[in-house]
Amino acid sequence: MKIRTLMLGWEFPPFISGGLGTACYGLTKAMDRLGIPVVFILPRAMPIRLAESGELSVGTGTFGQYYQTELRNVRLRPVASTLTPYVPGESRAAATWRKTKAKTENGVEVVALEEATGANYGPGMQEEVYRYAVRVMKAAEGEEFDIIHAHDWMTFPAGIALAAQTGKPLVVQVHSTEFDRSGEHVNQRVYDIERQGMHAASRVIAVSNYTRNIIISRYGVPPEKVEVVYNGIDFNGHAEASYAGPHPDKTVLFLGRVTMQKGPEYFLFAAKRVLEKMDNVKFVMAGDGDMLHRSIELAANLGIGHKVFFTRFLRGDDVDRAYQMADLYVMPSVSEPFGIAPLEALQHNVPVLVSKTSGIAEAFRNALKVDFWDINEMANKMVAVLRYPPLHEMLLREGRKEALRFRWEDSAARVNEIYHDALSVG
Amino acid sequence: MASVCFYFQVHQPYRLRHYTIFDNGNDYFDDHKNGEICRKVAQKCYLPANQLFLDLIRRHRGRFKISYSTTGVILEQLKEYAPNVLESFQKLADTGCVEFLAETYHHSLSFLFSPSEFADQIEAHRQVIYDLFGQRPRVFRNTELIYNNAIAQAVERIGGFDAILAEGADHILGYRSPNYVYRPPNTSTLKLLLKNYRLSDDIAFRFSNRDWSEWPMRAEKFAQWVNAVNGNGYVVNLFIDYETFGEHQWEDTGIFEFLRHLPTEILKHPDNDFKTLSEAAAAYDAVDAIDVPFLVSWADTERDLSAWLGNAMQHSAIRELYRLESMIRTSNDPQLMDDWRRLQTSDHFYYMCTKWFADGDVHKYFNPYDSPYDSYINYMNILDNLRSRCSVVAPTSPAHDHSVSAISA
Repeated sequence: MKIRTLMLGWEFPPFISGGLGTACYGLTKAMDRLGIPVVFILPRAMPIRLAESGELSVGTGTFGQYYQTELRNVRLRPVASTLTPYVPGESRAAATWRKTKAKTENGVEVVALEEATGANYGPGMQEEVYRYAVRVMKAAEGEEFDIIHAHDWMTFPAGIALAAQTGKPLVVQVHSTEFDRSGEHVNQRVYDIERQGMHAASRVIAVSNYTRNIIISRYGVPPEKVEVVYNGIDFNGHAEASYAGPHPDKTVLFLGRVTMQKGPEYFLFAAKRVLEKMDNVKFVMAGDGDMLHRSIELAANLGIGHKVFFTRFLRGDDVDRAYQMADLYVMPSVSEPFGIAPLEALQHNVPVLVSKTSGIAEAFRNALKVDFWDINEMANKMVAVLRYPPLHEMLLREGRKEALRFRWEDSAARVNEIYHDALSVG
Repeated sequence: MASVCFYFQVHQPYRLRHYTIFDNGNDYFDDHKNGEICRKVAQKCYLPANQLFLDLIRRHRGRFKISYSTTGVILEQLKEYAPNVLESFQKLADTGCVEFLAETYHHSLSFLFSPSEFADQIEAHRQVIYDLFGQRPRVFRNTELIYNNAIAQAVERIGGFDAILAEGADHILGYRSPNYVYRPPNTSTLKLLLKNYRLSDDIAFRFSNRDWSEWPMRAEKFAQWVNAVNGNGYVVNLFIDYETFGEHQWEDTGIFEFLRHLPTEILKHPDNDFKTLSEAAAAYDAVDAIDVPFLVSWADTERDLSAWLGNAMQHSAIRELYRLESMIRTSNDPQLMDDWRRLQTSDHFYYMCTKWFADGDVHKYFNPYDSPYDSYINYMNILDNLRSRCSVVAPTSPAHDHSVSAISA
């Protein structure tokens, strides 16, 4: 039985600005391949200008614009809103942007979206979330669906309202929690919304056991209600960067938002230790975020400024190039619900070192793992990968094989099962 | 005649401590952990098993016999951490019903990389067996029963041995049975004794497995299987890891009870007896030569070397290790030499194995590391330090000059 789902999600190509959007898109695409019809509602500050000419038909139904995407079973419904999924307080260019392979002119779309990311956690944000809920309810009138699937807290009020109005079950998917984003200093109102959503839902999907445990212990959700579905990566067949071969200088890459959650300072402390033992290595921090300036200062204060390169946000081919020159990718996250980036690194032939406090660490074997705060050990492992070719080679080869097994189709199939569960309980 | 030949392998490595690239001490080994493990295994296995076998030997007045191979490294550790176990082995030796075999002192893969080291380690091992137990071993087993024609020939050349052991793997036996005595090709005096893996594994692995069709296996049942060999062979070679008794098979599986009754059940049949390996080699003629041109072992289903030399990390680590040989010898530093030898123990490479890493099972239980990658990193960091000690001790050594006198003092 084909369950029709109304998904409350985030970005859709060509605008994918980070992990949450990537995850939603990956899951949706896989569901499309499984033939699950999806109506995908997303917040949009400006009308979408989609570049794949001829591939999309724009329709104007009774209830507003919708777009048929290149995915046969997925329809996009943009709903006006300034909501953006990334942690407020970040600069405009906060997220690491990446365009898909669609050929778009650079100018207009990017500007439009940048302006949309002015959101913050102030009272304005709370109101916007509820305003969005109202608009979503309106947009959903006339849509036919069996289940509602909401991704992360900002869509939870909309999901709750829709579920109440239509009587359809709600499934919420938690890609990150306040505890991941803000450490122990959680924003009470955001926490409340998260908790409300988890309790109102029939099922809660966590992206890892790590996150599931947080949901159970910090949000008081009964364990039997919480399922784990891992994220995946898109093996979209584009030619992976051919490994450029050994350089005289090794490069260690940090690619992600430069914010507390991602542990940039640990990366830099470890870099300093590494440089005590080897000289022919450089460190690249690719990304933007509220800790960017502090990080630049830290590198200088540690005396390694000449060895650390800050690229700011990278987009499109630059991301590929960053991976191509890297000998090692490091994800020193303080708290990472899953961590798709290491999988993408492996897809680009770069071995990875990940923090143990991450979803990926529990799910993945062929990666080096370390406690993010254990600078010595982080440096120890970094040096080892750079120094011993057999280690590099094996982590790369086995890691890549393992990464390609994280298929979105498996996640989508699991989600479909969860839909069935939620519906049978009624 | 069915002669039951038990041989038990006793070994513990010197496990490494956590050693990062920032460490530079010469202390590579985790003495605390090694001591703890040694004492634990002594409690659960060595002491109760030794006592049991002592009792059985006395009770059966010379009709019950067994053989052991104890590595040099376990003997050292027992001396330090559990000397009462050493004493109990000595009591066993004194019964005259227990034979000790020879192997490489450090449980190493040295045959594959350094014939001289191989010979030296065998000599060192023979010496310690004589010192502790007053025996001069006549039967040889290589680390993890790694075996091929060349090893047999090398062992014969070293001299002093009557028999060598190997795994009775199907792919070397073909239609033949492990229950006969064989010989290696192109040797004149050596005999070859092959493990009966089915019966050995029935005890070592399947014993407590409730899904096994033969569970529960009582001594009576096992004795019947042994009886069935009569007319189809002369020896039943049961080559078993000693930790089977109490560690791999816990006491509550009934493994000790099984052993307690086994000799009686087996000896009920008048044609059965127990022999040490030397006795078996002497009692029966070799019926055939078994050609083993490639390497076999008793490990895993493949019975090959993939557990220690199956991936790039293992190969790299072991190559780097043996590359240091001439520098180590020229430095003429006993501590350096001892450290280098302890690093040769095959377990270090076993921990780097990625064969079942996808499933994460058996290998994981005995692995002190979270992952094979961690084990490789740790090992290579230590090797790095070892290498730097060589250059310090013999800074001008060209590393090919074996004449010791040039450097010492």
